Order: sequence, then C-alpha cells, then structure tokens
Amino acid sequence: MRTSAGPWTVTGFAACQLLLVVPSIVAVVLVAVGGLLALVTIGVPILLLGLPALRWIADRHRSMAARTLGHDVPADYLPTEGLSTLARVRTWAVDPMTWRDLLWVLVSLTVGFALALVTVLLLVLVVTGAFWWYGAPHVMRLRASIDRMFLTRGHTEQLEQRVVDLTVSRADTVDHNATELRRIERDLHDGVQARMVAVGMTLGLADDLFERDPEAALRLLTEARDTTGAALADLRAVVRGIHPPVLADRGLTGAVEALALDMALPVTVLSDLAGRPPEPVESAAYFAVAECLANVGKHSGATRAWVDLHHDAGVLRASVGDDGRGGADPRHGSGLIGIMRRLSAFDGTMVVSSPDRGPTLITLEIPCALSSPRTTLSSATG
Amino acid sequence: MRLVIAEDNALLRDGLIRLLEANGCTVVAAVDNAPQLEVALRDVDADGAVLDVRMPPTYTDEGLRAAIAVRTARPGYPVMVLSQYVEQLYARELLASGEGGVGYLLKDRVANVGEFVDGVRRVVSGGTVLDPEVIAAIMSHRRDEPLDRLSKRERDVLSLMAEGRSNAAIAGALFVSEKAVAKHTNSIFTKLDLPLAPDDNRRVLAVLAWLR
Repeated sequence: MRTSAGPWTVTGFAACQLLLVVPSIVAVVLVAVGGLLALVTIGVPILLLGLPALRWIADRHRSMAARTLGHDVPADYLPTEGLSTLARVRTWAVDPMTWRDLLWVLVSLTVGFALALVTVLLLVLVVTGAFWWYGAPHVMRLRASIDRMFLTRGHTEQLEQRVVDLTVSRADTVDHNATELRRIERDLHDGVQARMVAVGMTLGLADDLFERDPEAALRLLTEARDTTGAALADLRAVVRGIHPPVLADRGLTGAVEALALDMALPVTVLSDLAGRPPEPVESAAYFAVAECLANVGKHSGATRAWVDLHHDAGVLRASVGDDGRGGADPRHGSGLIGIMRRLSAFDGTMVVSSPDRGPTLITLEIPCALSSPRTTLSSATG
Repeated sequence: MRLVIAEDNALLRDGLIRLLEANGCTVVAAVDNAPQLEVALRDVDADGAVLDVRMPPTYTDEGLRAAIAVRTARPGYPVMVLSQYVEQLYARELLASGEGGVGYLLKDRVANVGEFVDGVRRVVSGGTVLDPEVIAAIMSHRRDEPLDRLSKRERDVLSLMAEGRSNAAIAGALFVSEKAVAKHTNSIFTKLDLPLAPDDNRRVLAVLAWLR
C-alpha cells in the first residue's frame, strides 16, 4: 500500500483537477449531445469522441484519488476490446460505470471543484499558509473519498459480479468433470474391457484345445499374454489422463520435466517451487502445461521451448514459451478454452501472447499456497 | 544368482519369487516396504536386486530412490527396477552414474518369463536392459549431436542394444549376420567417440550417450 500524499502533492492534484474542469465540461456536453443524437446515427461519432475523453478524465481522477488515499481505486469498465464500433457504443450504454462517471462529473464540477479551489487558494493567499499545511491533505482526502465513491463499483455490485463469475465457473467445472468421466468410461470400455473379454475367450479356447491340440493351446496362451500386455498399455494411458503417476511421485516440477523429456524438441524447465501446491491445483496446472506443450509440438513449428514455474505472493505462475510461428488464438481450438475453464474453478487465469510469426508466450496464474516440501522417505534416513 | 526382491503386492511378490526360483535363482530376501528393503540391500552376499518402484510408506518412487542410493554406496550394484509405468526421467536418473548393471522394465514384461529372467541375468552381469517403451520414447525425438551421425540401421542396433540384447539376438531380430551387427556396433562406438574399453562397458556408455 502506498502512503498517503503530503500537502504539496495534494495541492498539485488540486491544480490538475482545476485544469481538468473545462475539459470535463466539454466531455460531458459531448456525451450528452452524442447520447441524445445517437438515435439518429450522427450522435455516434460524437459519442466516440466524448466518452473516451470523459473516461480519460475520470481515470486521471481515479489515480489522483488512489495516490491521495493510499489504496487502489479500480475502474472496472466492461471490456470493449475487439468489438465493432456499434457494439462498443452499446456496451458503453449498458455499462453501469458509464452512468457512474456521468453522475460523478456533476459532483466533480460542483463540490469537487470547490474543494480543489479551496486547497489551491489556501496556498496562493500565502497568509493562510498554516491552514494550508495542515488542512490541504484533509480537504483533498475528502475530495478523493467522494471521487472514489462515485468512480468505483459499490460493494454490492462487486459481489453481484463475483456471483456471476462463480456461477459460470461452477457450471464449467461441472461440465468439464462430466465430460472427463464420460471420456474415461469410453476409454475403459473400448480399451481394457474389450481386451479382457478377448483374453477370457482366448483362455477358454485354449482350455478346450488343451487335450486335443496342445500346440494350438500354447499358441492361444501366448496370444492371451500379449493381449494382457496391450490391456495394461491401455490402462496406463487412461491413468495418465486421470492423474499421471509421475505427478504423484515428483510433484509439478518433476512431472513437467518428464513431459519436457518426452517432447520431440528441446524444452528447458526452470522451477523455483519450494513446496507443493494443493493437489487439485497441481493437477490442473500440470494438465494446462501439458496442453500448452502439446500445442507447441503440434502447431508452433518451434525449434525450442521453455517452461517456467514460479510461486510468488500467493500465486502459482506457469509460463510456457516457444520460438515458433505464433498466431495461437484461445478463441479457436478447444484445448486452450478447456484450460481456461479448468483454471477458472481455482480463480486461475490464462494470458496468451502470440503475435503472427511468434514468439508465443502463455502465462497461467492460479492463486494458491504451497505446502512445505513433502518429506518422502529416502533410503538414507530409513 | 542370489537376489533381493522388493514388491509390496503379495501376489506379484510370490509370482516373482516363484518364477525366479524356477529359473535357478535364489531369493535371499523378499520385502514389501522401503525400510526393510534398505536393511536387505546391506546384505553383501546378494548378487543383485529386483525392485518395485512404488512401495510403502509413501507409495511413490521409493524403489527407485533405494536403487539409486544402493548404487551410490556400492557402485555398479545390479538392480532391476520394475514399474507399472516407465518414465524417461527415471531411466536417466538410474543411469546417471555411468555404470552398467541397470534394468528398467514395465511389470508387463515379466509375463514373458524367459526374456525377463534373461534380462535379470544380463543386469547381474553388468549389462543395461531398458524397456522398449522407454526406447520408443527416445527414438521419437529429433535429438541433435552426436546421434545424428548414426545411420538408420545403427540406430536400430543401438535401440536393441539398449534393450540389453546380445549381438546374436540383435542379428536375429534384424535378420542380418552376427558379423554385420559387430560391424555396426563398432561403427556406433566410433561415431559416439566412446573410449576403448571392454565391450560390455562400451555398450552401456553408448546407451547413456543416447539417453542424454
């Protein structure tokens, strides 16, 4: 947390705020006129000018309020990246923060303006210097508190948003689990189960032939043995898909190293994990990294790749990078979407940076605590 | 051969004892957990050990750790490590010391009793026996130097060598003469810059070069 600002700083802010008064008036007039005329299309370009200006001014006040109060004053606008012009205007219109901004301008131009003016005047009039020295920080903290009240979402709104996020991620998790169970059931049914049926039949046949044709029975026994081998191979593949044994043995770092070794291209693994994340997080992180590496192998055309595992300030961060051709888009390809969904159950996030011609860097973050290093029994300690 | 056996599953342990004793081996100790294994491995009379990777108390990789520890204390002590699944990572760890006398196989391979017992014998006499699945994983790689220098045929020979096959067995598997195999192995040793040493040791070193 930043410490709150002194009299010189807050007076500087007050001066800035006074300078922003005229631009604020211009911006709010543009927004009002544009908003009214938006019904007849001409308003849209006016809005496109006015609203970003208003948001810019509001953002300046947010950062001044944050510095004055010593804690964050987040904006929380609805995201509009990649939307068409019309969709962006529509998003602005339904964004409660837009309406908060407008309400704020009215307060800012009256009460806020008065408070900033008082602060600057106390300094400029010189004789009131003592009042300024002790009073300015208080006056400006008041102004910052008022700004914050209007410029951030209320507690209830934040909780509502959280409920929406949790509902979505819960639905995704349930969905994901159901799909996984279905996949496991199918793998077992088509693989191991079918092969064991075949083994039973072959053994029955061998039993039948044992007296009459021992040689044929022997051939059948060999065949049955080979089929059990194939069934075991299937079973291993299924187990790897549920929870890879090497992950249980060695934790995330060891399991990712094992993944790296199995890649066709050289993969460097860096890790400074001092302990182990909770098992579900460990597993989600492992499968996320595995999916990223599989994509590197399949699509990137890279000559080398690297994985960095890092834990800091209560967040597990896994980065997967390669020197391939880039262009990875999480919106296409179900793999990356699957990762996002799986991570969202843990409030985890995935950020993809993959410009055309590369390089690609995928960063996964999951908030979690590490347990102290598990003490596996080593032969040295008995 | 006098062997120590560690396997926590009673059925599999009895099976292993039965099939090894039926093939002329003596089982001097059969244990089912890591602490007892540590004691059993101090027995200087044993010629080697057959170990399961996953055992009590933590059911993770204690067998592997025990194998590495005993080979640190007694370099070259023959161990055959068995597991329900194989990892290249573990194969590297087992072979990292650079000595032979290491086997690393899927438990499935025990089903082929003849080959399995043969593998144990080769490990006890200082050879290296790796599971075909580990070898296939390594083969699928586009690794650089110095393996790029090997021809396709030489790579085939090297993978069979890693499985622990003798020249005669390699010749049989590739349908060539034993002499041709000897020529290939010599060529592999030269291309991998392996120092002059008894043939057995060079075979181990060649496999090691490949794993790196």
